[in-house]
Amino acid sequence: MDKARPAFEPGGKLHAFRSVYDGMDTFLFTPRETSKSGVHIHDSMDSKRTMTIVIVALLPCLLFGMYNCGYQHWLACGATDFPFWEMMLYGFLAILPSIVVSYVVGLGIEFCVAQWRNEEIQEGFLVTGILIPMICPIETPLWMIAVATAFSVIFVKEVFGGTGYNIFNVALVTRAFLFFSYPAKMSGDNVFVSHDSILGLGGMAPDGFTGATPLGQVAVSGAQSASELSGAMTDLSGKAIDLWQMFLGLIPGSFAETSTLCILIGAALLLATGIASWRIVLSVFAGGAIMSLIAHWCATPTYPASFLTVGEQLCLGGFAFAAVFMASDPVTSCRTNTGKYIYGFLVGVVAILIRTYNNGYPEGAMLAVLLMNALAPLIDYCVVEANVRRRMRRVPARK
Amino acid sequence: MSIEIKLKKGLDLHLAGGVADLSAKAIRRIPERVAVTPDDFTGIIPKADVREGDTVKAGQPLLHDKLDENLKIVSPAPGKVAAVVRGNRRKIERVVIEVDNTGEAVSHDTADAVISRENARNLLLVSGLWAFTRQRPYDIVTRPDAEIRDIFVTGFDSAPLAVSLQRFGSDHERVQRLETGVKLLSMLTDGNVYITRRQSQHMPDIHGAEMVDITGPHPAGNAGTAIAAINPVNKGETVMTLTVETLERIGALVQTGIAPMNTTVALTGSEVKSPKTIETLIGAEIKTLLADDIADDHRHHRIISGNVLTGHTVTTDGYLRFPYTQVTVIPEGDDVDEFMGWASMSPSKMSISPSFPARLFGRKQFKPDARLLGGRRAMIMSGQYDKVLPMDILPEYLVKAVLAKDIDRMEQLGIYEVAPEDFALAEYVDTSKLELQKIIREGLDYLRKELS
Repeated sequence: MDKARPAFEPGGKLHAFRSVYDGMDTFLFTPRETSKSGVHIHDSMDSKRTMTIVIVALLPCLLFGMYNCGYQHWLACGATDFPFWEMMLYGFLAILPSIVVSYVVGLGIEFCVAQWRNEEIQEGFLVTGILIPMICPIETPLWMIAVATAFSVIFVKEVFGGTGYNIFNVALVTRAFLFFSYPAKMSGDNVFVSHDSILGLGGMAPDGFTGATPLGQVAVSGAQSASELSGAMTDLSGKAIDLWQMFLGLIPGSFAETSTLCILIGAALLLATGIASWRIVLSVFAGGAIMSLIAHWCATPTYPASFLTVGEQLCLGGFAFAAVFMASDPVTSCRTNTGKYIYGFLVGVVAILIRTYNNGYPEGAMLAVLLMNALAPLIDYCVVEANVRRRMRRVPARK
Repeated sequence: MSIEIKLKKGLDLHLAGGVADLSAKAIRRIPERVAVTPDDFTGIIPKADVREGDTVKAGQPLLHDKLDENLKIVSPAPGKVAAVVRGNRRKIERVVIEVDNTGEAVSHDTADAVISRENARNLLLVSGLWAFTRQRPYDIVTRPDAEIRDIFVTGFDSAPLAVSLQRFGSDHERVQRLETGVKLLSMLTDGNVYITRRQSQHMPDIHGAEMVDITGPHPAGNAGTAIAAINPVNKGETVMTLTVETLERIGALVQTGIAPMNTTVALTGSEVKSPKTIETLIGAEIKTLLADDIADDHRHHRIISGNVLTGHTVTTDGYLRFPYTQVTVIPEGDDVDEFMGWASMSPSKMSISPSFPARLFGRKQFKPDARLLGGRRAMIMSGQYDKVLPMDILPEYLVKAVLAKDIDRMEQLGIYEVAPEDFALAEYVDTSKLELQKIIREGLDYLRKELS
């Protein structure tokens, strides 16, 4: 790498690709730059490692997503035996194009902007890029992913100054953009299960086949009681879904958000390494649990989702995924410790609130996190003001 | 009665190269040259009192402050002025003295010193010891006209590899000197003189001072930590801070009339062959101090006058810098090629993050080098600084206010309570590798300029 360096320095032939070169160089080799001022030693932790750990934490969900994608497809085709490796390969092939598109579009924009601003390429999109396909339905057309990714990277991140300056979670805005721009393609019964065979793997799902998510089924069930409701939630073969299945995640849903078990494995890694704030994650679940409890107590047939139990609410849909991977994004959440409790709690409450009392938006978690992203600076402001007031009060007390 | 402070926040860095035998007698290494570096005395605008070739006694003024000529920096040793080194715009960078062994020192009349505030202050100013004190706000040399609310003496140094004063019990003369020093200091303030200590030092109660027992990790030894816990600095107040070594010098000055200019330096760090304590003069040449103690492993070395968190980088032809108590040598690290260091699972990597396996193996000592180990980023992770800053301060917000040069906000968020050294640990742990101490220093300077 050092030999190639001169070509990328100002005046060199390849100067236009300097950011790309720097990005590769710092990726492959730890920079030799030593401290010029202040402390002489630095902690070995840097943002590259931080982002990498998040990606590693996402891997269980991603792998399970592949398996589940294949499993749902086999189920939809009416298969009776489920070959593990073929299902994995099918899921892998199903998700691969989305991941490639998301990375190519997002990183492409990042590289251009970094070069234009004459900055080093930042790692933020490594996580965003893998999150985007994971939270979208598997049947989302690739061009939509490309458009939505480009929109969020440019208008949610780069216009604010790049990684670390954005107000909203980039991956979630991508999802929201798709959700509101192409509602027909992003919800309903037909997008959460892959239909066609890929490279000869799998079969063709029968025409007119539907695979709604349990929350989608709940919303349209018109259930009058809890028992009716549990009958309304069925898997693709028409069998009722129990809580254990919801926890494991062998149900239709966005690619990687169905398995609460895998999410918890990821959460364990993030919390153990201190990358996700336990304050936020814990209070999201607390907020969600309390709100589900309230909704369950006041259950009415007008809102069928209010019949769901606390466990079901927390395991279904994108709630757990949002709690662990979205709400805890350090850039867009609260920065003060007190603020984190409030922020997390409200994310949990609002997510269940939207999901239960607005049948049109079964994906309450996404909207809740985005809403709280917007409110996070306000919460922080109040916490900071409390600190300021403490300080100001000290002065007259002495005189 | 002593005050007890138990710290939970903070961080002890476990570096290789500490002084193993604290009871061993310090080796004497007397330099041929000594130098004073005006940059060490933040807040002083130096004007020279001597010229090259002048003969000076120990304790004779070399420099004075442009704004208050009573504020002096004195020569640590008798000898001849070898050079007044000037940099850009004729700013004085250092005054070098060629030491002779006449032992001549300026003697002061101290009989009346502890009678009035005026006398006490004048004695400290004329002896040059005043310049060894610092004030908050701004973390500068205490302004002679400041009204001092309280005085905080840091009795120990909790910085990485630092050596604190030990074995008080058997040394009655030292305790006496400290008590004499406290007596003089208490003339300067209507408030208290606080002395912090660690249990392991066995420091007895010093008559006239409020003793503060501190437990917990670094920055336990920083003045700012004790001030924050006892009585934070508010706008309009001034607090003086000094080290116990300076207090002892003050005591000796009052007792004998001569300010001692010798010091004990801990020679530490992973690149020192055998870490030890050295008895020498203030401002001593680094090459005398190091002699041939640096490991010859053909690596690039970084010589730090001070500790790894707040010290100054010096070269082998440089001089010992304030506070004259420690020299650390670590590998520079610019000669290392490390493949994908961010993914490393090597147990020799030092970090507070449990994602590095060192913690699992319970590794005790690390040999970090001076690399940043990452690129500069915007502030991404939250709450990192809070974990190592035991003050009621919101560090991220304060740093942002400083960067925005928002004076009102800085005041509201407590800029008067902090010194750059308080942010040293935060700078170490920061995954975004921001230069926090520099930012805070510039903020304090900016504030002082705008408000004066």
